[in-house]
Amino acid sequence: MTVWIAVGATALGCYLLKLIGLSIPAGLLERPAVRRSAALIPVALLAALTALQTFGKDDGLSLDARALGLAAAALAAWRRAPFLLVVGIAVLVTALARLIGG
Amino acid sequence: MKLEQDLPTAGEAPAGTAPARRATAAVVRDSLGIGLTVGVSGLAFGVAGSAAHLSVWQTCALSLLVFTGASQFALVSALAAGAALPAAVLGALFLGARNAFYGLRLGPRLELSRLTRPFAAHLTIDETAAVALTQPDRRSARLGFAVTGISLFATWNLCTLAGALGADALGDPAVYGLDAAGPAVFLALLAPRLREGATELKVAAVGALLALAATVVLPTGVPVLLSIAAVPIVLAAARRRDRAAGDGPGGPDGSGPATTSAPASTPGRAGTRGRAGKEDLG
Repeated sequence: MTVWIAVGATALGCYLLKLIGLSIPAGLLERPAVRRSAALIPVALLAALTALQTFGKDDGLSLDARALGLAAAALAAWRRAPFLLVVGIAVLVTALARLIGG
Repeated sequence: MKLEQDLPTAGEAPAGTAPARRATAAVVRDSLGIGLTVGVSGLAFGVAGSAAHLSVWQTCALSLLVFTGASQFALVSALAAGAALPAAVLGALFLGARNAFYGLRLGPRLELSRLTRPFAAHLTIDETAAVALTQPDRRSARLGFAVTGISLFATWNLCTLAGALGADALGDPAVYGLDAAGPAVFLALLAPRLREGATELKVAAVGALLALAATVVLPTGVPVLLSIAAVPIVLAAARRRDRAAGDGPGGPDGSGPATTSAPASTPGRAGTRGRAGKEDLG
């Protein structure tokens, strides 16, 4: 049930954000400082999500096979590999590391 | 802003002529290319939803109703980690806020009627904005927006279903390394942004460190939100540095004024290039 509430709230919120942008007159949020910050917020969030899901475990941190997978994915992303290839490499290397590491 | 001003409508070929038909075909071809290839990434989202123990229905509902990739991945990963509901939703909404800024630029560009606006709003994401804002005239912008949006929506949702069903059939996701898919998705979304400049790199580094440090003491879901503090921290540090450089002895050789003027040019540059060159998910 909780999941469905989250699904509904996120769907509604994300839709309203899209609609607000299309509906309000241009210029209201066009201040460079606002735009610059708005463009940088996803960068901070995505970096935090990457780090937390790579090193996070329960309530602490851990260094395991995921770190190897992500290192390989980072190399692929840096070489401009397509989206699904980056994800595929992370999965493959992590699985192999677990297989070899026992 | 510059983007729209630089695109004259005078060069538009009259409708029905051969050049106009060729231009239309080119817009449709490019839009379909983006819509179909990016939509395939729905496979990864289907797998992520399944790995987070969401039902196939819940995973598909997210792709149908939220339809903005980064927010979907963020919500699913927060729920999987056991984050509190408000923190999980808030993280997804912060990532979805950029769509409002796309809408701000798309509104005057597409000149939507009251009837079409609610539908267009649902399709306002990274890819449709990137396509529409780089078209030379209104007709192409509308066409590109619609073809990209509809083809991406269809592919993204079908692939989400396929990914969720496929991953469900596999069983424990960790055995296949599928728990690495989540962070790799965020990394792949982040990578093009990191090429935009040193500020982006600093914000990413500070954001990641803040979140990692906070995860030991704060409840799940909150460290992600805390990473937003990296934006004012990095921007304030840049301002202070610029001011110091302006007052410093570097003045005569011109380095002082040059550095001071740098931040003024940054917003515009990041704004246009960020939108036109972005390839991340909606």
